[in-house]
Amino acid sequence: MVADSVEREVLIEAPPDVVWRVITEPRHIERWFVDEAELDPRPGGQGLLTFRHTPTGEHLYRLQVVAAERPHRFVYRWMHSDGVHPAEGNSVLVEFTLTAEGEGTRLRVVESGIQALEWAEDEKSRYVQDHNNGWVRILGRLQDYAPEVAAGR
Amino acid sequence: MTAATDDRLWTAVAEPSRLRLLELLLEHGSATPSRLARELPFSRQAASKHLGVLNRAGLVAGHREGREVRYEVDPERLAAAARVMNGVAARWDRRLAAIKRIAEELHAQGGSSI
Repeated sequence: MVADSVEREVLIEAPPDVVWRVITEPRHIERWFVDEAELDPRPGGQGLLTFRHTPTGEHLYRLQVVAAERPHRFVYRWMHSDGVHPAEGNSVLVEFTLTAEGEGTRLRVVESGIQALEWAEDEKSRYVQDHNNGWVRILGRLQDYAPEVAAGR
Repeated sequence: MTAATDDRLWTAVAEPSRLRLLELLLEHGSATPSRLARELPFSRQAASKHLGVLNRAGLVAGHREGREVRYEVDPERLAAAARVMNGVAARWDRRLAAIKRIAEELHAQGGSSI
């Protein structure tokens, strides 16, 4: 079991192929995800995601497609440093699974390797990153209780 | 200190009964071993021992209360980590809701055949 991950899903009243286009075509990605997207949605394909208006200014992220099985599965890695080949441990893995359900689609997303996402930006905190590995791992199991804790109890 | 701390953390929660204990403690906010043992399938002594492990891992803090020790989770550490996880989940909820809206709009326009 990988606890260092977040899983979410939604039921969409549109067939898988339409949902596939929404998650892989830049003109749609720019409506639900980032301000500007470039993407070659084939295995090994590269992408560039631009967030323009964040509290800390503009951010660019490279993305690499790991798997693209239209219209069932789309997987990519991102959040790795420039010039680094994305792999487990240095990047965040995002996996979309599309399953036909009735006339619609169940879209499931799993994001894993989150400690890389949350801590990599803070260069000075290698310590924090190491320190939090074990900590973040257990949180998947504690998530049910987290809201009240996060609320400041 | 990091590797050793990690190991202690992981060892502390890798044991299912300790994780259950930690979850229960989160529900209560703070509690003594006897209080927790009442809701768990093990003795006060066992609860005490497990809490000692969690204490050494820095997950809970204890202070003496009469003959017993009252334990509570370290809210700062837990909240910081919980925010990380909740933030990621909340972001995906927003994105999935938007994907749903766009795909259904596209489908309604006959986009599936384009």
